[in-house]
Amino acid sequence: MSIQVRDITHIYSEGLPYETVALKNVSFDVDDGQFVGIIGHTGSGKSTLLQHLNGLLKPKSGTIVVSGTDITADNAVLRDIRRKVGLVFQYPEYQLFEETVLKDVSFGPKNLGLEEDEIEERAVEAIRLVGLDPDEFGERSPFELSGGQKRRVAIAGVLAMKPEVLILDEPTAGLDPKAHRDILEMIKDVHQKEKNITILVSHNMNDIAALSDKILVMENGGLAMEGSPAEIFAESGKLKEMGLGVPEITDILVRLKERGFDIRQDIFSVDEAIKAIAEKLGGGE
Amino acid sequence: MTGSSDPIIRINDVTYEYVKEEEQTRVRALDGVTLDVEKGSFISITGKNGSGKSTLAKNINGLLVPTMGSITVKGLDTREDENIWDIRHTVGMVFQNPDNQIVSSIVEDDVAFGPENMGVPTEEIRGRVDEALKAVGMYDHRAKAPHLLSGGQKQRIAIAGVVAMKPECIVFDEPTALLDPKGRKDVMEIIHSLHKEGITVLLITHFMEEAIQADRMIVMDGGKIAIDRPPREIFHEQDKLEELDLAMPVSIELASGLRKAGIDIPKDVIGTEELVDSICQYR
Repeated sequence: MSIQVRDITHIYSEGLPYETVALKNVSFDVDDGQFVGIIGHTGSGKSTLLQHLNGLLKPKSGTIVVSGTDITADNAVLRDIRRKVGLVFQYPEYQLFEETVLKDVSFGPKNLGLEEDEIEERAVEAIRLVGLDPDEFGERSPFELSGGQKRRVAIAGVLAMKPEVLILDEPTAGLDPKAHRDILEMIKDVHQKEKNITILVSHNMNDIAALSDKILVMENGGLAMEGSPAEIFAESGKLKEMGLGVPEITDILVRLKERGFDIRQDIFSVDEAIKAIAEKLGGGE
Repeated sequence: MTGSSDPIIRINDVTYEYVKEEEQTRVRALDGVTLDVEKGSFISITGKNGSGKSTLAKNINGLLVPTMGSITVKGLDTREDENIWDIRHTVGMVFQNPDNQIVSSIVEDDVAFGPENMGVPTEEIRGRVDEALKAVGMYDHRAKAPHLLSGGQKQRIAIAGVVAMKPECIVFDEPTALLDPKGRKDVMEIIHSLHKEGITVLLITHFMEEAIQADRMIVMDGGKIAIDRPPREIFHEQDKLEELDLAMPVSIELASGLRKAGIDIPKDVIGTEELVDSICQYR
């Protein structure tokens, strides 16, 4: 399982006064089981890129190959693409519509034309996977759940399709701190259990740094940077120029270094940062 | 804080209840909240979803009225219908989603909407709109269509629309929740500059880094005020914040970890800059 994106370009409203080049010559690879973070400010092309990855949009030029299938080919079958690549939109809870949680999560597998038994089995498993008890929640209306729970149900609906690639567009936007942490833990958990490729778009640099194997930085429709969290966040000046931040810990470590502290810059957890600073100061045990 | 003058907003033992239609149950969203807002202060309000933050905000400018207790804005009771216009002129509100607050297809028309409705003389409106757009750094975009702007820019337009009504107090209900990092930073800077000009600010937010930028930090839980302190003292409340499922800002977490490791970081350190300063002094 891998993804190869080669030289994709997308133009909105081509030939019209509002013509916008939304993506230009974007190329990257995603390896089996990788967790990829995508950052970039509003309008940088992130969402357009995501919509290409599951075939909602076709590029003007370039190719996208998902586990050996060229999904940009003229004869590509959309249903096959959607089966491989699951996309969780921003505010996915707005798309809940069924009477019960179980029915809502079953909707995707049902459309795949699966047998009754398998549909239910998948739905139950997906509900469990997002950290909800199928017995407790299965028959409840999705509309009476809390914001965080609704979002879990919506994500379960995508997971029930058993996608090999799971794409999440700002899955924690608008949630309170606890729901935010819970959803993030859940994403990590699902990734470890399913060993799928996960692609996360987020403005939260702390989350991106903590989860990603690789980060893609989008700017003006192009891929501006690509690398590990340590490589990307070592370029804090460049990120600031693009209107992007760095994780709070990186911000502290960068400032310490500027003030003459010889301290590692590739730390993204509070505990590790405490250890590193304490060592430098010769404090502690 | 001014001290001598009366508080601009007095919230006196307010309880707010509503009926949940499906289950026919009464929900108590606010439960005995008492709070004085001093003129010119900057108060942040945090708390998890359902803790009562937004209900409190909507009670302050009379969008909702208390079931029990009372709220006065400059001495005017929000329960009296004839006070509502004066109260809304005094307290402006900015909500989470700018798309729900923008009504016109041209930026400057949108900003003019509030003052026009207030009956501000036409010749004065131009000046107010220009001033408000300059205050949020969007003057150059005045002739554009709002839907072509970014989320952060749209939120700045929504703020300008409130500023043009010249309120003495602005309640911001999660104004940065939907914005990217640049948009968030811009909006926070505008909030600070409005506060410096004397506007009383109430900021409802989930972001601790934002909450600690206020003079006074209120944490709501179950419709009650759980914590009410200056942010500089918030480290005292670490256990309570954890209990309420609210995370400490990274800078405070790091400072307390360093203290545990035997490094003498002052207890009232707040924010990244101060933390870095104090670490450097120690060296």
